[in-house]
Amino acid sequence: MGNSIWESMQQKGYSRRDFLQFCAAAATVAGFGQTGVAQVVSAFEKKEKPAVVWMHFQECTCCSESFIRASHPIVVDALLDVLDLNYTETLMAASGFQAEKCLTDTIANNKGKYIVLVEGAVPTGNDGVYCMIGGKTAESILQTVAKDAAAIVAWGSCASNGCVQAAKPNPTGATPIYKLVDKPVINVPGCPPIADVMMGVVTHLLVLGQIPALDSQGRPKEFYGRRVHDTCYRRPNYDAGLFVESFDDENARKGYCLYKMGCRGPVTYNACSVVKWNEGTSYPIQSGHGCIGCSEAGFWDNGPFYQHLASFPGFGVESTADTVGAVVGVATLAGVAAHAVVTNIRKRPVIAEVHTEDQKES
Amino acid sequence: MSDPNIGSAVIGAGSGLPAAPERPVEYRRIYVWELPVRVYHWINAVALVALLITGYLIGAPMSPFYAAEAYQQYWFGWVRFIHFVAAFVYVFNFLARLYWGFVGNKYSHWNAFFPLKKAQQVEIVDVIKADVLETQLHGPISTGHNALAGVIYFGTFLAFVFQSITGFALYSSMSNSWLPRMFTWIVPLMGGEFGVRFWHHTFMWFFVTFIIIHIYLAFYHDYIEGRGTVSSIIGGWKFEREKRDK
Repeated sequence: MGNSIWESMQQKGYSRRDFLQFCAAAATVAGFGQTGVAQVVSAFEKKEKPAVVWMHFQECTCCSESFIRASHPIVVDALLDVLDLNYTETLMAASGFQAEKCLTDTIANNKGKYIVLVEGAVPTGNDGVYCMIGGKTAESILQTVAKDAAAIVAWGSCASNGCVQAAKPNPTGATPIYKLVDKPVINVPGCPPIADVMMGVVTHLLVLGQIPALDSQGRPKEFYGRRVHDTCYRRPNYDAGLFVESFDDENARKGYCLYKMGCRGPVTYNACSVVKWNEGTSYPIQSGHGCIGCSEAGFWDNGPFYQHLASFPGFGVESTADTVGAVVGVATLAGVAAHAVVTNIRKRPVIAEVHTEDQKES
Repeated sequence: MSDPNIGSAVIGAGSGLPAAPERPVEYRRIYVWELPVRVYHWINAVALVALLITGYLIGAPMSPFYAAEAYQQYWFGWVRFIHFVAAFVYVFNFLARLYWGFVGNKYSHWNAFFPLKKAQQVEIVDVIKADVLETQLHGPISTGHNALAGVIYFGTFLAFVFQSITGFALYSSMSNSWLPRMFTWIVPLMGGEFGVRFWHHTFMWFFVTFIIIHIYLAFYHDYIEGRGTVSSIIGGWKFEREKRDK
């Protein structure tokens, strides 16, 4: 502890060239561009590398899995190697009391300087008994860890918006991190988030030592500023009105827009269509399946995934707002028609009535 | 009979009806809907129909045209473009109408839309009876909007506002203009753009239902009141039966 990244890389036998390559990769991933490389080098040379604790609560570890598959292995290696990743339930060697000691020591020795990465939602129902580690509830652990943290990052949709745990009826009272702590939280939603996006956020924190620009939902603007739809390579088909009508039709083979197959691209903010997955190989839409909007809050409740509109609450699974609307519209037309018929049947007496009144007046 | 606005009409001149009254019933011509109100109504009607058609198509697009390559056509882009343009027209037209609610004549004044007076509340009950039970109107009915219509129009104003806010919130992700950007806060409030889109789409059906009932009731009241309800939104004139002392 107390070393800069450059110092600890030297100790591990990396050359200056390796270090500069790493800095260039880190600058690229964080989106600083060429001019930012010098800044990165300077930060990694001089700044004391921050201690990091990676908490796991109600989650499936897909965020960790995604993270270790980042497409710039040198950055991942370096970050996992040279970061003071002092506590992470999944990857750490220590166990039991030793493991818990790592956590309390890190907090005690780095007050106000360490970074907290949280994976998973925190259950608050029934006093938080649904997720306990070392005899303590997830919520109390989170509060302890968050109290003196320099920055808090919520990895994935669970930590950012509750994801599947918080889907209706949310039996465990799963709650996203930003609702439980009174500090700014960097939300990195996605189920899982893109590895390179996670790398970018961490690099930004390390290099600039400050929280990246966030949007109104606490997401880094550089990665969540645009919709999947805006940068989708199938977008020209959308504007042209060329849509896939079923997954095995001719249009699907031609790669038309998946909008009518329930694609959530138009309502989902993420970098999938730019950064892509698995070393930039592909992303869901490129492989012929619509986006399910996994980085949007409440996406599990916005089903079915293959329908463009959500089911209308209270009218069964298959009825969309259009079904309900059409029924209301037709019922109105029928009502109006019936009313018109009755009016005409009553026409003569009503006119006669008016007529008598006129005569009375005159 | 020096007033040029007083004309005369003979009621019940058609065959098969009770005999014509001895004296013709006199009507006064009243200028109810001023030009800005009529212009507002028709711009609103055209914009709303355009918004409904294009909005429905955006929600459930058709593929009427075939193209080998996407660059050869832009029809869905045009549908969305018309929707956005119509929305701007609709919003500014609506704002102009709000302004006219303070400077226009008493029939278009804002207080015609709130049943604050006892007479308006009595009239609402009377109109509901006349419309639903098809009884004859008992009390006097307002020359402009009847009190029930006024309240319902206020409800549609709220729906206008809702659609404008949610529409701009959806549009804001595609625009840097200040007007839509003002409504970005709606998106997290309604649980993401999916939720905003869902409610924006659902409220479309409110307008479909409103249009059906509105057109029907305009004709119905034209008939039961017999004072030119339908033509008034074109020419601006309604007719009020002349009160005679003797």
